Amino acid sequence: MSVFSTIFTQLMNGLQTGSVYALVALGYSMVYGIILLLNFAHGDIIMVGAYTAWLFMVNFGQSPWVAVIAAIAACTVLGVVIEKVAYTPLRKAPRLSLLITAIGISFLLENLAQLIFGAGARPVPTIIDVAPVTIGSVSISGTAIVTIIVSVVSMILLNLLIKKSKMGKAMRAVSEDTGAAQLMGISLNKTITFTFAVGSALAGIGSVLYCAAYPQASPTMGAMLGLKAFVAAVLGGIGSIPGAMIGGFAIGLAEAGASALGLSVWKDAVVFAILIVVLVVKPTGLLGRNLQEKV
Amino acid sequence: MKQTTNKMPMWLRYVINIIVFFVLFGGSTGLVNSSIISTYYTRIIVLCGINMILALSLNIATGYLGQLPLGHAGFMALGAYASAIFMRSVTVSPSAIFPLGILIGGVTAAFVGFLIGIPALRLKGDYLAIITLGFGEIIRVVLLNIDSVLGFKFTYGAASLKNIPKTTNFFNTFLCVAITCFVIHTIMKSRHGRATLAIRDNEIAAEACGINTTYYKTFGFTLSAFFAGVAGALYAGYIGVLSPSAFGFMKSIEILVMVVLGGMGSMIGSIISATALTALPEMLRAFSQYRMIAYSLLLVIVMIFKPTGLMGNYDFSLSSLIGKIGGKSKPKSKTKTKPEKDGETNE
Repeated sequence: MSVFSTIFTQLMNGLQTGSVYALVALGYSMVYGIILLLNFAHGDIIMVGAYTAWLFMVNFGQSPWVAVIAAIAACTVLGVVIEKVAYTPLRKAPRLSLLITAIGISFLLENLAQLIFGAGARPVPTIIDVAPVTIGSVSISGTAIVTIIVSVVSMILLNLLIKKSKMGKAMRAVSEDTGAAQLMGISLNKTITFTFAVGSALAGIGSVLYCAAYPQASPTMGAMLGLKAFVAAVLGGIGSIPGAMIGGFAIGLAEAGASALGLSVWKDAVVFAILIVVLVVKPTGLLGRNLQEKV
Repeated sequence: MKQTTNKMPMWLRYVINIIVFFVLFGGSTGLVNSSIISTYYTRIIVLCGINMILALSLNIATGYLGQLPLGHAGFMALGAYASAIFMRSVTVSPSAIFPLGILIGGVTAAFVGFLIGIPALRLKGDYLAIITLGFGEIIRVVLLNIDSVLGFKFTYGAASLKNIPKTTNFFNTFLCVAITCFVIHTIMKSRHGRATLAIRDNEIAAEACGINTTYYKTFGFTLSAFFAGVAGALYAGYIGVLSPSAFGFMKSIEILVMVVLGGMGSMIGSIISATALTALPEMLRAFSQYRMIAYSLLLVIVMIFKPTGLMGNYDFSLSSLIGKIGGKSKPKSKTKTKPEKDGETNE
């Protein structure tokens, strides 16, 4: 294989994982933008999505399409339930309490999954079955192409939702100034619930795409994926939607780069080193808003 | 502080505390030596002691400084590895040199904590939590892979560091817990401690009052890392085998649960919850698979219904207890509480 085709293959790998990170990062970013909460449970929602897909395909013998829809639906419902049960009672509480609750929920989901499905990984059957495309000497897997297309389309739809729809306008208003938004007649509860639903649905799509790339479901799969997606959100500027996309692709490419250089055991360290450099040099991220603290 | 001081003079309180300390130390030593407390229970008590130090050390950063570091297991790992590598390399009697090993563990963790603290503490709240999480993970990945870079056997990576002299016993753990309580309590009652508490309550106001917030935050963070390193060194001597996977994000959360459950900012709270959360799983071995579920549920429920933790800000004081019994006065100030807390484990 020539140098060019190696680089191209790694680039495609990077874009594939990067687009999953970007989808998950969007959920983090939207929730943070609206209630300033780091939703630690977001990564574990992906894990639940993966198990749902597995359950529908292996245990119920359904087609991949049904499994995909079930996974997205399960993630959406779960996201809304978590918000209602765990975060709503704490809306007036200190930020630290909210953060600790989110960590608690994340661990609860992981350990419940471990109890129900066992600690071992469950192989997920092929979800996306598309023949690889060959351009000259380079072959691109069908999964990679579908992943990238699906995530780009989802992001465009999300952007339209936020820019054009009435609910999107409400979301932007709440993240700008909660008090003023409420005075304008925007229902805070509805908007926050909607944000969680959209973010979790994106995580559901992410979980399906992740399973297509790494076909297995395990209780802790969401933890590292969630952390890296969070790094992506911070890198792009948390609260910013284009930022989350850019951050996701950047982290995916950085990981692929590290693997290509033979540093695959240091992959996680590279991602966190990027996070630390970004936080130290520009804490608001690439596209983040600079919030001034008031006394 | 004058108006809240009780009638008991300061020297008398020290004398009472020192007497109680020696009574407890002597009594429990006698019980362990005469095998009234079995080896199995002694091991659980030692583990309780190690977890107490961990909880107390995280309590400095979370309870007193008001920050949320999520990489505490990383500092513990550093202390454990530094002390273990030192203990393996010495040729003299391991138990005689162990205090030095503990100190090396603590200092290594404190040094790295200091280096990490400078950039990390520029950030607030969530960002600080995330950056410490990142550092914790990096420490773990480095411990796992450093051998392949350096080319010689150093941490043994995933194959785990073996043959560490098992020097941790009841007595040095007891002493370490007592010293940790004493040092943390004394520092927190000094002007440095008051400055730290002021930063927790309102950072901007504290800065306006002339407190060097960066200095005190780094100070608190380094102190916290130091004691985590001490606990790590004790853990290395207790378990005898170290593997980086024992110091993952999960461990950091376990320590956090102890602090949050006991009440952020309450030493007695940290001690009670560290003891309970260490001893209960041992007692309830049959339900071990439900342990982490119970942990996470506890965390969420405590946060929703009692965000200050079980003990809140309450701290135990021996002399105010004696004062109450004697009916002399109703003291509000708190004194050194160390010996009494240690008593918890000896039951």
